[in-house]
Amino acid sequence: MRNPLSEKAAALKPSGIRKFFDIVSEMKDALSLGVGEPDFDTPWHIRDEGIYSLEKGRTFYTSNAGLKELRGEIASYLKRKLGIEYDPDHEVLVTVGGSEAIDIGMRAVLNPGDEVLIPQPSFVSYEPCAIMADGVPVIIDLKEEDEFRLTAAELRAAVTDKTKLLVLPFPNNPTGAIMERKDLEEIAEVIREKDLLVMSDEIYSELTYKGEHVSIASLPGMRERTILINGFSKAYAMTGWRLGYACGPKEILEQMTKLHQFAIMCAPTTSQYAAVEALRNGDGDVAEMRESYDQRRRYLLHAFREMGLECFEPYGAFYVFPCIREFGMTSEEFATRFLEEEKVAVVPGTAFGDCGEGYLRISYAYSLENLKVAIGRLERFVKKLRES
Amino acid sequence: MREQILKIIEKNGRIDFKELAILLGVEEIEVVNEVAALEAEGIICGYHTIIDWEKTSIDTVTALIEVRVTPQRGQGFDSIAERIYKYPEVRAVYLISGGYDLLVILDGKSLRDVSKFVTDKLSTMDYVLSTATHFILKKYKDHGTILTKKYEDEREKITP
Repeated sequence: MRNPLSEKAAALKPSGIRKFFDIVSEMKDALSLGVGEPDFDTPWHIRDEGIYSLEKGRTFYTSNAGLKELRGEIASYLKRKLGIEYDPDHEVLVTVGGSEAIDIGMRAVLNPGDEVLIPQPSFVSYEPCAIMADGVPVIIDLKEEDEFRLTAAELRAAVTDKTKLLVLPFPNNPTGAIMERKDLEEIAEVIREKDLLVMSDEIYSELTYKGEHVSIASLPGMRERTILINGFSKAYAMTGWRLGYACGPKEILEQMTKLHQFAIMCAPTTSQYAAVEALRNGDGDVAEMRESYDQRRRYLLHAFREMGLECFEPYGAFYVFPCIREFGMTSEEFATRFLEEEKVAVVPGTAFGDCGEGYLRISYAYSLENLKVAIGRLERFVKKLRES
Repeated sequence: MREQILKIIEKNGRIDFKELAILLGVEEIEVVNEVAALEAEGIICGYHTIIDWEKTSIDTVTALIEVRVTPQRGQGFDSIAERIYKYPEVRAVYLISGGYDLLVILDGKSLRDVSKFVTDKLSTMDYVLSTATHFILKKYKDHGTILTKKYEDEREKITP
């Protein structure tokens, strides 16, 4: 029989998280600090709208780009929050999570051989999506001494004649790093000068703990070269609803909508109706959840200081990224032993790129009570390692 | 900081000052002073525990009693409310807009206990025109806490 597989697909490395997941799922009694989704339930008024839409029999397709009503709400949300104006009829596309937007965004703009700059550590999808879109991923290793922000110098050094797209994943999973206005202004200068496109994945935009989130698309001359990706998963605790969106210049969105139309038809209708409610009446919920995350963030950083574990202060998302180099183990060894000996799952930094070596991703999308138990075990483990 | 302290301790009255300070990112002494001020100003009125008595072997009955009264000259409803709330078995007294005047929440050991209170004490008070007693059959949620179900984390243990 001939090889049934696509060589391109078969050559993709499986996600580093997968392997760890298999070990953890065997251990029934393990505590986990390993999830990338909120611990809150979707606020009830939002769920209720979803249920109501089902009761009303709204079980049909929506238009390819998404409910007109929802696109309108997205546009006004972005204007209100970020000060950017998008035309809801031509520049907003409702997708199946931010993930779909990453995939079709790459496919809409890349030609064979185009280089895609991907700062790492970062979310696991950028690299494989770039490859499947015939792009060539070029990794930029972010550094702890820069608080894992992308600097203009790093960007400039990575650009070649073939560079077409920069992925900008901030607030960042897994490091929790953010880019403030001044950081963005510095890289925007290079982006304009080198005539690059930007895919700005702002899925954690509502979860920042130091000033308001700034989108690169709001800087001068950037809107026309930016695909802005966001969604409902993190802000409104709606991961399972699978709903995100992309906004950008009409010509790019037209291509993305075409790909979306052929692959997906439209995002889930129930989720879209729920999302309308989220954008209209969800600000209070977001603020409350943000406040809870912030308290847990402070608790963790304090606990790390107490046990002498090195960790830069992250101001975004719901992750901390402590350094474990002092123990002379790889991230994977540390995470594996911690799981075996203390039954707590964390994710090795290397799951998010090679430069995550020496770090762990610890999620604080858990109740304070759970965090306390898990951190108590981490303290015991760290002490044991230092004494041995 | 005030509002944040109140929000946290409303949910967890047992949290200590040190932890409050960590969660809010301030010095412990600031929290100590602020809580003292909140107590002094009567904004924090007490610290209680939410107990689901149903799960214990102790029999309790809770009743909501609607009370219609004639307000008194010069004192409105305050003095009659005071006469009611001074009974220790009365858990809460609220002045209500609408079809009746006072809502009284009463804890008793049994139905008889409660009806005795209503017939002997409450109904016989001057200015009380009528009462309507409702017994609570089941508490689903009390003080913002769901009593009937425990939270279970059903998420996958590791996700990107």
